[in-house]
Amino acid sequence: MTEEKQSATITIINPQGLHMRPAYLFAEMASRFSSRIEVVKDDMRIDGKSVLSILTLGATQGSQVAVEATGPDAEAAVAELVQLVTSGFPDESGKTEAEASHF
Amino acid sequence: MKFCNFVKSEAIKVDLDATTKEGVIRELIHSLIASGSLTAEQEEPIVQAIMKREELGSTGIGRGIAVPHTKHSSVGQPVGTVGVSRQGVDFQSLDGEKVQLFFLLISPPDRPGDHLRALENISKQLQDDTFCRFLKQSKTANDVRQILEEADNNQFVS
Repeated sequence: MTEEKQSATITIINPQGLHMRPAYLFAEMASRFSSRIEVVKDDMRIDGKSVLSILTLGATQGSQVAVEATGPDAEAAVAELVQLVTSGFPDESGKTEAEASHF
Repeated sequence: MKFCNFVKSEAIKVDLDATTKEGVIRELIHSLIASGSLTAEQEEPIVQAIMKREELGSTGIGRGIAVPHTKHSSVGQPVGTVGVSRQGVDFQSLDGEKVQLFFLLISPPDRPGDHLRALENISKQLQDDTFCRFLKQSKTANDVRQILEEADNNQFVS
């Protein structure tokens, strides 16, 4: 099995930053991939499959984070996670986080 | 943001009586009301808002810990408290385990940075197993106060 490595740097666009709900959505999506997923912000490198770890980044709107995946499905993982973050974390009803910002 | 900036120490509660998710949230809100951090009129809207947030996905993040929270315009600054349950409460947590340790947080909607910094601090400290174990073993509210104070002084995580 190939040890593919992919990464992308993205900006957090949703006004509330990476609070608990987006952190949960990110970790949930990351957990569907078998690749190891890490998120890097400044000098912090954390496990992208852990809600608690993502929250420790304290990533506010405008923060830059790098998503790194290592493993057989790294390319798909980075593509989907980047899509999730750059879409502003739409919730189940299709609203963006900015529209449903009370949580 | 340190614990002392949002945890109302007079509202810390060990030996929670409630055995349900809503019951625990209500008990912690009652404790905040009794300590003068919230008014009785705020109880119902805030409990409803926290329960609505729980419907989007449990804030039971695993390892016996939950962080029920909401943003609510009736508070002007982050208001939080800590609760410990001996028997544990079914919180539909990610790992299916009962929750013994609760960090409840209510933040003003117009200050997302403060909310994030409070969550950041809670999550950083909760990654330390000793911190979690000490809190779960706390016998009195004063024990909890001391542990939070030590955490604020960086005695658990560097």
